[in-house]
Amino acid sequence: MSSTAEQTGVPTGTWNADPVHSTVSFEVPYAANTFAATVPDIEATLADGKLTGVGRVASLQMKDENMQAHLQSPEFFDQERHPEVRFESSKLERDGDTVKAAGELTIKGITKPVTLEGTISGPLVDHFGANRVGLKLETVVDRTDFDMNWNMPLPSGEGALSNEVTLKADLTLVGQ
Amino acid sequence: MKILAISGSLRHGSYNTLLARALVEEAPEGVEFEVWDDLKSIPAYDQDDDVVPGPESVEALRDAVRNVDAVFFATPEYNSSVPGALKNALDWASRPLATNSFRNKPVAVIGASAGMFGAVWAQAELRKVLGAMGARVADVELAVGHAMEKFDEDGHLVDEGIRDGLREAIGVLMRTASPELAAA
Repeated sequence: MSSTAEQTGVPTGTWNADPVHSTVSFEVPYAANTFAATVPDIEATLADGKLTGVGRVASLQMKDENMQAHLQSPEFFDQERHPEVRFESSKLERDGDTVKAAGELTIKGITKPVTLEGTISGPLVDHFGANRVGLKLETVVDRTDFDMNWNMPLPSGEGALSNEVTLKADLTLVGQ
Repeated sequence: MKILAISGSLRHGSYNTLLARALVEEAPEGVEFEVWDDLKSIPAYDQDDDVVPGPESVEALRDAVRNVDAVFFATPEYNSSVPGALKNALDWASRPLATNSFRNKPVAVIGASAGMFGAVWAQAELRKVLGAMGARVADVELAVGHAMEKFDEDGHLVDEGIRDGLREAIGVLMRTASPELAAA
């Protein structure tokens, strides 16, 4: 059973992501703004205060189908050999509405320590009687740490693609 | 393991075709080379002709790539880059991008030139093109400069150092194609 008793602590018990109301995405600075991709096929669980998540690279979506194919190729995620991206945290740290999840991120078979930071809401009971927790987390990683080194020089000399990538997880977790 | 060898040159007696031939001679046990030498029959890429099925020679190239475990290129260098005929063939083969026959295909690039640099710039550009197509580009570079000095009058590669390099390059491509081999 999940606990909804205390809204100032990290929820105890087990909470699974509702995939319809959860979005994992990443953004890369490009020109004056960013471009983004989502990974719709995810699983995430908050159990005993630790967050784990898996994203399946085959589901990666971008608006440009050629770029989507490129991102899944060996130059980027290498979907054939590394079909999943994983995150495993140690205990979440909550301070009011803010939350921090230090853990290990594995992309392309390479594991690096990262800290996701953001906000937490709930637990609360939704209109249908389910207990829900909301987590909005993000972090910035250097994609070259995960063997994604592709770039093309622009006429100005700088690379066409930033190395800094913002990872975002917007999760609705349902108490089990 | 089946490996397809492709020379980027059409010239009769091309150093790169001879280099590809020497590559085949150096095949270790368990490797079977096939040679694709129909580059001249590939028409100029035209999206209007890019229908299913494509031109016969293009479909034959796509099938040849699908039917092997890896592909080896020996490329000359024209004006510091990949020869147009080879780039054109790859432009055909790369369509449609998400499902093209080179996708995830382990590939390696070597090259020969009459000059001293051994087509290093063409090799680099070819690796870039293959990566953009979604191929798995092996960390191989073998630059055969002053190629006319490396082959005898029968077109036989007589430089033992280059033969060593070919064997090493085949090994790297095999390990790229087979993670089990790489871990062994």
